[in-house]
Amino acid sequence: MGIGNIVFLLLLGAAAWWFARNVGRVKRNIGLGRDEDRSDRSAERWATMARVALGQGKMGTRPVAAVLHFFVYVGFVIINIEVLEILIDGIFGTHRVFSFLGGLYNVLIGSFEWLALAVLVSCLVFLVRRNLIKLKRFVMKDLDGWPRTDANLILVTEVLLMGAFLTMNAADLLLQQRGAEHYTQAGTFPVSGMLAPLLAGISDGGLVAVERGMWWFHIIGILAFLNYLPYSKHFHILLAFPNTYFSNLRPKTELKNMERVMGEVKSMMDPSVPPPAPNPPRVLAGAELPERFGAKDVTDLTWKQLLDAYTCTECGRCTSECPANRTGKLLSPRKIMMDTRDRLEEVGRSIDAKGKWEDDGKALLGSYITEEELWACTTCNACAEVCPVNIDPVGIIMDLRRYLVMEESKVPPALASMITNVENNGAPWQMAQSDRLKWAETE
Amino acid sequence: MADFMASGETPEVLFWVGCAGSFDDRARKITKAFVRILNAAKVKFAVLGTEESCTGDPARRAGNEFLFQMQAQTNIAVLNGYEVKRIVTACPHCFNTLKNEYPALGGSYEVMHHTQFINALLKEGRIKVEGGDFKGKRITFHDPCYLGRGNGEYEAPREVLLKLDAALVEMKNSRKNGLCCGAGGAQMFKEAEPGNKEVNIERTEDALATAPNVIAAGCPFCNTMLTDGVKHFNKEGEIVVKDVAELIAEAGEL
Repeated sequence: MGIGNIVFLLLLGAAAWWFARNVGRVKRNIGLGRDEDRSDRSAERWATMARVALGQGKMGTRPVAAVLHFFVYVGFVIINIEVLEILIDGIFGTHRVFSFLGGLYNVLIGSFEWLALAVLVSCLVFLVRRNLIKLKRFVMKDLDGWPRTDANLILVTEVLLMGAFLTMNAADLLLQQRGAEHYTQAGTFPVSGMLAPLLAGISDGGLVAVERGMWWFHIIGILAFLNYLPYSKHFHILLAFPNTYFSNLRPKTELKNMERVMGEVKSMMDPSVPPPAPNPPRVLAGAELPERFGAKDVTDLTWKQLLDAYTCTECGRCTSECPANRTGKLLSPRKIMMDTRDRLEEVGRSIDAKGKWEDDGKALLGSYITEEELWACTTCNACAEVCPVNIDPVGIIMDLRRYLVMEESKVPPALASMITNVENNGAPWQMAQSDRLKWAETE
Repeated sequence: MADFMASGETPEVLFWVGCAGSFDDRARKITKAFVRILNAAKVKFAVLGTEESCTGDPARRAGNEFLFQMQAQTNIAVLNGYEVKRIVTACPHCFNTLKNEYPALGGSYEVMHHTQFINALLKEGRIKVEGGDFKGKRITFHDPCYLGRGNGEYEAPREVLLKLDAALVEMKNSRKNGLCCGAGGAQMFKEAEPGNKEVNIERTEDALATAPNVIAAGCPFCNTMLTDGVKHFNKEGEIVVKDVAELIAEAGEL
């Protein structure tokens, strides 16, 4: 075993360890949410995941993005077969260990090359759409700062990785043609074959350096990229699968019943029903959390709402469909999801630093999301409908509204009158219950 | 409903009129049109009348879960007391609440939106309509969010409208990606948040782009929003906003 193999193994081990550590951290953060049962209807859940995540079933509403994204998606999945070979070669010092597959290997390598080209071109087009054409949903202020850099970093990395892969193959092809030692004849190179003439002037030693250099760049790049995922919106490539599995399968406009309120209302209306016993306090990361109606902070949301936040890849389809956003209101469903993730990360970092959760005087509501955003929502569910990975921003908006109204009595004046009317006369307007049948008398 | 109970009869369906259908001048016309259809089809139906109360939908969307649940418990007690099995309503918000949100509180009924009910009546041959005044007219249908995206019903209102021998023209945003009228989520009862446009104006523009003679609605609140939108563009002389029930009642001269 050469020094190269040892270095490779160490790198691989470090990458796997760091990734597992970060996945554990994200899992812990998602676990800070309230319970919610999504264990029912498993056949339907598998089918939803197969259709929406695996089959990209909701991408088609924007055909250009759908086709380009499909290339990148298929490229990512298929080229990972090649990464498997790269890993084995790296560990054992072999070269193109799968080449015994013969004709099949040629077909595989050929198709990887075409896919790599498709990924490369798609990512370039994506960069153009974001930075030159400046599609509205990519230049909105939700994405100012890190999120925009994040998106561009992902695309540039993928371009570089695919470029390295093709350059590596081109050098390999030339070395194979020259009969260089170690470089067994294997594979067909439809795309890198076109690049090869550019490298033809390089000596054998130089080509080996190019081939090895690109090999290392490619695999280190992939390991680095893997570890970048938990810090990035790009985590969606993994989380899209569990997130669609745990989709809301109920009608979108159905709001969840608040059990606690149900107990209190039943006891209020029927004196024979005792008021519900107070819930046992929730202990989270070493701290006791106050019982609240609705949600003030991320710990008041459900684990599924937090998983939604980590799954969001900030594509902005929700915001571009949102009637409030389209008419210039402050609300952006994408920002609701980004805020939820940012706040959850902040809480997670604080727990990591202090070993337990301590109130930091901030909250999702107020420090991140304003009342104005919440009151702009029409609960039309266009955002949830269009989301390619079945995220539900409306649920979060409604939980925050519930906190505002039930815990802080903060409600827009006109809605306060509406609520008074419903309380007093069973209608949102000031109309007498006894007049309910008047319509039958009028002509 | 009390009269049915007293005479020992069971109505085929309970018509949940809703607050808009009971009190709003414009929506009352929808109520009456639907009643004309029910009568023409000889449907034995009941209403709760003064025993009906708000479903609680706007209170719940405004964040007041207590008030919602009190309204729900009150209504469920009345509905269960009368042993109601089937409900039809012309309001998608009442429809959603009765159908999806009452079961968890002890009120389970078969609930239909009036466009589904009318569609069934037409299919069963209990009413017949021909195009009448609407033959050849351009009609565009605005999907109510709580009927369409909320409950997956896009076809019933369209199937009904097709009976009018009219040209059914679709807006740029329809069915799953239909644009909201701006009234949902208790917005109907408050001022819009600051922005550069009203949602109903944006939606009315979508509708006007289809050059319609009629904008068809299936919700009293959408109806108000779109009617206001059409007035905003001074088009009320050329374009009418009507509920699906009104169109059928008028075409069938019911």
